[in-house]
Amino acid sequence: MSSLEKAMHRTEAFPPPLIQFRDFSFSYKGQELFDKLDLDLTTGCWNLLLGRSGVGKTSLLKALAGLLPDKNYSGEILFGGKKLAPDQVSWMTQDDLLLPWLSVLENSLLGNRLRAWNRSPSPPIAIQEAEALLWNLGLGRHLDKRPAELSGGMRQRVALARTLLEDRPVVLLDEPFSALDALTRNEMQNLAYEQLMHKTVIMITHDPREALRLGHHIYLLKGSPVQLTRIIPPEEAPPRAGFSAELQSCEDQIIAELTLSGETAK
Amino acid sequence: MKILRSLLVMFGLTAGWQFLVTLTEVPPYILPGPVVVAEALLTRFSTLLPHAAYTLGEILLGFSLGALLGMISALLLATVKPLQVWLSPILIMTQSLPVFALAPLLVLWLGYGLASKIAMAVLIIYFPVTSAFYDGLQRTPKDWLDLGRVMKASRLAFLWHVRIPFALPSLASGLRVAMVSTPIGVIVGEWVGSSQGLGYLMLHANGRMQIDLLFAALVILMTMALALYQITDLLLKRLLRHFSLEEHKT
Repeated sequence: MSSLEKAMHRTEAFPPPLIQFRDFSFSYKGQELFDKLDLDLTTGCWNLLLGRSGVGKTSLLKALAGLLPDKNYSGEILFGGKKLAPDQVSWMTQDDLLLPWLSVLENSLLGNRLRAWNRSPSPPIAIQEAEALLWNLGLGRHLDKRPAELSGGMRQRVALARTLLEDRPVVLLDEPFSALDALTRNEMQNLAYEQLMHKTVIMITHDPREALRLGHHIYLLKGSPVQLTRIIPPEEAPPRAGFSAELQSCEDQIIAELTLSGETAK
Repeated sequence: MKILRSLLVMFGLTAGWQFLVTLTEVPPYILPGPVVVAEALLTRFSTLLPHAAYTLGEILLGFSLGALLGMISALLLATVKPLQVWLSPILIMTQSLPVFALAPLLVLWLGYGLASKIAMAVLIIYFPVTSAFYDGLQRTPKDWLDLGRVMKASRLAFLWHVRIPFALPSLASGLRVAMVSTPIGVIVGEWVGSSQGLGYLMLHANGRMQIDLLFAALVILMTMALALYQITDLLLKRLLRHFSLEEHKT
């Protein structure tokens, strides 16, 4: 983010930002993706990071999830002023990552299996809680089915259930809806929005419309090293529907910005 | 349809064999015809049966032990980093050693009984099983490794619930190869030195020009090996289906 933009947005009356990237630098295969990036993300709402493929969105998310080896990046990621701990986040990707040999219910409760033999086991997720959530997500009649018997949208709902049941304050979404058909994607966006209303959501996407539909805050990532531009979304609260003139002009603006940066993306 | 086709092929080959024997009038102590072999199979069945049972026992024991050792090694290799350095040379050694050349030594050290044949089988199948399973364990999808870390999975639980099941298709290919090569190892072991088993019987029959008996033993061996492979294949397919996993395309 340029200092000018920073100054511009600091003055706005947003709730205090709590997830902070400070001096974040990261290169991948000799290419400098981020150089001393500063980024403030707001808790309790949806932060959308929008950019072309390959710009480094996923690296940013992986850094948040604690998945980048420390030696690969420099800088700090703070959550409420302290270093972000990996057990404060849950993670959902484009691939549903369901285990094919487990049922819907068992998949949603995967955390219990994976943490059962930990030295200091956390209290297990209650089965009733999982069942109730799956009913809410419209999967109540499919609890005993295996992933192969479900449609793509249903599988992604199971992944959403697993993510929600982890019950972490920060939820990272790595283009979770981009493999779905348009209608299913719409449904999933609404469902996810409803379920993750009060969490701190950080979602990456390459789809301007998706960003405009869901984001309370939208950041455009472009160039190498990445430059951030903040997009002010329409007043209307997400999930925003349809084709209002305002939404359309926002989308046009984003597309124009991204197209301009196209030459430097690779 | 598939069974019918293989039956047809078998019938065709047998008929060709009989035709060749009739045509060339080759003496039965060089190449007996299928009818003669069938006769030997029936009349000498009481001789053949205990030898066949002995060889079957060797195959099953050798396979189980070799597969078990291979799986344990693969698990150790995949989980204990320092072991990798120590185990991989041994692994490559067992692969590059001409195991058949070791057969006389094994018989010398372990005697004429079961032990030398089982050792032979283990040496032959240890590498394919270990490398196939290890390979599978190393190929856990990257996203899964990431998810495991975000979900704070313990190493052991992650191994048991994710890595091992995902490695099963690879292990299955390794076990199939092993099931095919176990009978070879066992028979070679018997040739070098034994007092029982189909290999022993074949050598014995050969020495006494009882070629029909040799062929009868061969037929039994072939049937046994085929049946064992089919059973292994069936069980592995069941296992993979139980885990809703796809077969490897090899």
